[in-house]
Amino acid sequence: MLGYIIRRILAVIPVMVIVAVFVFLLLRLTPGDPAAIIAGDMATPAQLERIRTSLGLNDPLHVQFITWVGLLLQGELGTSLISNTPVTSMIGQRIWPTFNIAVLTIVLSVLIAVPMGVLAAWRHRTWADYAVMAFSVLGFSIPVFVIGYIFIQVFSLELRWLPVQGYKAPSEGLWAFLSRAILPCLTLATIYVALIARMTRASMLEVLGEDYIRTARAKGVAEQIVLFRHALRNAAVPIMTIIGTGFALLIGGVVVTESVFNIPGIGRLTVDAVLARDYPVIQAMILLTSALYVFINLVIDLSYTFFDPRIRY
Amino acid sequence: MAATPEPAARLQWLFGAVALPRGWRMGAGPIIAAAVLGLIVLAAIFAPLISPHDPMTMDALQRLKGPSDTYLLGTDAYGRDLYSRVVTGARVSLFIGIGAAFVSVLIGLMIGLVSGFFRLADAVIMRIMDSLMAIPSILLAIALVALNGPSIWSVIIAITIPEIPRVVRLVRSVVLSVREEPYVEAAIALGSSMPKILWQHLMPNTLAPLIVQATYICASAILTEAILSFLGAGVSTEIPTWGNIMAEGRIYFQLKPSLIFWPGLMLSLCILSINLLGDTARDLLDPRLKKREG
Repeated sequence: MLGYIIRRILAVIPVMVIVAVFVFLLLRLTPGDPAAIIAGDMATPAQLERIRTSLGLNDPLHVQFITWVGLLLQGELGTSLISNTPVTSMIGQRIWPTFNIAVLTIVLSVLIAVPMGVLAAWRHRTWADYAVMAFSVLGFSIPVFVIGYIFIQVFSLELRWLPVQGYKAPSEGLWAFLSRAILPCLTLATIYVALIARMTRASMLEVLGEDYIRTARAKGVAEQIVLFRHALRNAAVPIMTIIGTGFALLIGGVVVTESVFNIPGIGRLTVDAVLARDYPVIQAMILLTSALYVFINLVIDLSYTFFDPRIRY
Repeated sequence: MAATPEPAARLQWLFGAVALPRGWRMGAGPIIAAAVLGLIVLAAIFAPLISPHDPMTMDALQRLKGPSDTYLLGTDAYGRDLYSRVVTGARVSLFIGIGAAFVSVLIGLMIGLVSGFFRLADAVIMRIMDSLMAIPSILLAIALVALNGPSIWSVIIAITIPEIPRVVRLVRSVVLSVREEPYVEAAIALGSSMPKILWQHLMPNTLAPLIVQATYICASAILTEAILSFLGAGVSTEIPTWGNIMAEGRIYFQLKPSLIFWPGLMLSLCILSINLLGDTARDLLDPRLKKREG
């Protein structure tokens, strides 16, 4: 067991190294001069030279890579080309709105999606099942920002229940936070709910066909205990996996949702960086979110033993 | 269905079954989806013929007009006809969807065949693929487009790179399960060349799952293009795409929400139809999955 955990953690290293190499090469192998692309059409030769030096573009490739990784390992993600502030402090300032929204979204999604999936599997081939399936196909088909604008139109502009845009930290009052966060969270949750509900349904359908479920029902165990204790716990592993891999979708969604709802988080930071071609920021964001994705999936992998005692390493 | 039919027979079966629906899944849903998608494809092909106005011509006197006889869905902030723009937008979206699906399936198929057949290459290739999957695709795409400049091909490449690992995994899993089959061993024993074994004996087995995968890639590519253009990191803003129309409509959202809703509706209908057809194809081509997902 301990051996497995150590091996699984060590397996993260080559993945992150390849991600780092890829992100590194992304800038260097772009056709044309990266400095010219970053500086734009109006740059003077002096400006170009300044960017080249600041990015270390004049050194040989392997030297650049080693310096870059060395700085990375010290937690140094580079300096913004636009504001000249360290990228780490830029991200530090804007991580909290994103973090709060993301956590609320994940909690909300699981609370909505898992019961939906269980219901669909339990009432297989009834209208409830078809409704859940229809929702999940729809959730995959409507772009995040269109959902966001529909919510704003209905709840903020027509019904006037909630503010249109903006963000307030939970420290400024719970209602101030929730009233502004609920629409972005629901927007983000739509595709995530679709994904998790679909997997919950599929996984539950498989488990509900097992003999021990029939045995439990035959000996008179209450139906909700059969569903949630006997079945759901055994169906949990694929559901956990999809929550982990779906995290990539959530990151993409965050970038869009923060633009729609004008939330000053790291998603907005990324979009602004792209529009300004602030490459160190984009690079840092890709590295950071990839690391987060790898970490979350590592934790989920390791948690399988908790959800399914049959899994022993 | 116990025996696995040949790929060609499967395809025939697929289209035969769509023509003769039984049950809900193969009933109205896929037929409506096929009809909607067919209409969108026709609209895209004949866009110049069915647009009443030039989608690019600006008219300062006709800014943000409501629907009328001349302007079916009204006009945008530059006085351009929204209906003509939405119809023209279908062209770019479909081209990007089909292009991205084709390129990622082709590249993924090549890599996946090699990875599934040669154990040595497999270890290296799969590590790289695992790493590529860890990079959030939207972020990778906006970074690539930001670097290469906005163009249709930048967007296709940006969408293709994150999709390749998924195709590789799929092809590899099929190859791994087929490579021990007697007919493949016989081909090796008879001294068939390696490309011939890969292409003639292994590749046909991957076709059915790849068709399904291609529909999903197509749908997700159309969606990603819209998101990229919406964020200002997509196709050049001069080209009317659904994403670009919505991106320009953002500022006037409270004034004229139809600038977002019409292209959004077309986009959603298009993706919904492709996804539904993909689900139908999957159910027909993989009876095991159908049993599991109902």
